Amino acid sequence: MLRIPCPWCGLRDESEFRYRGDATRRRPAAEAGIDAFVAYVYQRDNPRDWHSEWWLHVAGCRGLLRVVRHTVTHEISLVESASGVQGAEQPR
Amino acid sequence: MNVPHPRLPPPKVQRSNRYSIWRLLREGLRSQRGWSRAWAKASPRARYRVVIVGGGGHGLSTAFHLAAEHGITDVAVLERGPIGLGNVGRNTTIIRSNYFHPDNIRFYELSLRLWERLERDLNFNAMVSQRGTLNLFHTEAQRDLFTRRANQMRLLGVDAEALDAAKVRRLVPLVDLENGRYPVLGGFLQRRGGTVRHDAVAWGYARAASAAGIDVIEHCEVTGLTLADGRVRGVQTARGPIEADTVCLAVAGHSSVLAAMAGLQLPIETHVLQAFVSEPVKPLLDVVLTYGAGHFYISQSDKGGLVFGGAIDGYNTYAQRGTLPMVEEVAAAGVTLLPALARLKVLRQWGGVMDMTMDGSPIISRTPVPGLILNGGWCYGGFKAIPAGGLTTAHLIARGEPHPCAEHLDLGRFAQGRPVDERGVGPFAYLH
Repeated sequence: MLRIPCPWCGLRDESEFRYRGDATRRRPAAEAGIDAFVAYVYQRDNPRDWHSEWWLHVAGCRGLLRVVRHTVTHEISLVESASGVQGAEQPR
Repeated sequence: MNVPHPRLPPPKVQRSNRYSIWRLLREGLRSQRGWSRAWAKASPRARYRVVIVGGGGHGLSTAFHLAAEHGITDVAVLERGPIGLGNVGRNTTIIRSNYFHPDNIRFYELSLRLWERLERDLNFNAMVSQRGTLNLFHTEAQRDLFTRRANQMRLLGVDAEALDAAKVRRLVPLVDLENGRYPVLGGFLQRRGGTVRHDAVAWGYARAASAAGIDVIEHCEVTGLTLADGRVRGVQTARGPIEADTVCLAVAGHSSVLAAMAGLQLPIETHVLQAFVSEPVKPLLDVVLTYGAGHFYISQSDKGGLVFGGAIDGYNTYAQRGTLPMVEEVAAAGVTLLPALARLKVLRQWGGVMDMTMDGSPIISRTPVPGLILNGGWCYGGFKAIPAGGLTTAHLIARGEPHPCAEHLDLGRFAQGRPVDERGVGPFAYLH
């Protein structure tokens, strides 16, 4: 069980959250070309290391959070509200 | 168009080491002293024509098919640990070809036909058991969707059969048809589907590849890829560098890590999938059964344990262990479908890490780095695809062009707008 310290609700079980994937991808400008859009939609770093990712607290404050978590140990080093994170306003 | 029948020359296991009933009787009379190792413990040489990274099902099957189909035996298979401890030994052993996309049906049907002749090809008892796979449906809309899939399969000459609720009850009396939440309306049965003993698949392919002269090298972790003039020239390993004309990655679960060594990014996220086995009980389930109102599939092993699993945990991880919320979800689905399961104890639970691709379909492809071939992205359907995955990857390596049954699985499909999205959920790896 992952336990994610939500900045608004405190330490909560992973089952209250919904995973929304890699938080490093940013939508390219409309004229950026097909390669940039392919990279944005499909390509992922998928690190065996620290991973920056979105979690939506659906059964809590419904806030979108950016979490930095290690993909082998599952240790969480950072949790912050997505508001203020550049690019977080895009739909996902 | 029907699925082409695979054409393979006879297996290349040496006569002196063939397994047969006569050999078994003879060894029984000679205190079992005449058996030799199933495959040679090879050490790496400085150079090979083909190096396959990953001694799992797909790596070993690719090696076998390179030898059997193309006569290429200057091949090394490099495995980080011992053979059989990766995903080839962690899955729920199910084989089937009941897919929806015609290209996928052709590919998985090729695999099923190769499973049907696997034991003759390898001279190895892999306990291939075509006990049937039964997919239940619980709503009329789901019935229509399954009917469409079954019709698609039958148009391509693949078996699929519709069962009403009464027939489902006769086949699997344990199912709670009138359960309050998701009553079972019927099911679709593929009689040729079933299970295979997964360890024996790894051992059988390793033995046949080794007998053909291929080096199966265990405890040889690849730490880097050697690149020169923009193409791959070999690999660096814990046991020294090895040169090669072609390097094939068959490391599903870790494809992104190996591809990054060549500076490539893949349309893949790594996720963990858990599996479970109960304490052994007397025979009570003689088909592979899947639940249509949740993600749950179950079969009974020959030892008597009920082997079952569900969906991925749902977030990026390379840890080969799952967490409890998915255990609860799988148990809830299982008990809804088969209330008798509530009386059983779970004996073991484990996890394996999957390459989850952005369209839920695998990748058998050249890469932007010349000489580097990728066999990966198996999501959680890699086991059933082992024979066809190996055959088509070997074809790509030997001929330099994709096998007709795996053309649609190339890396270029994402950029060219033709993803093979079997479930239709869009480019979200964690949803497939």
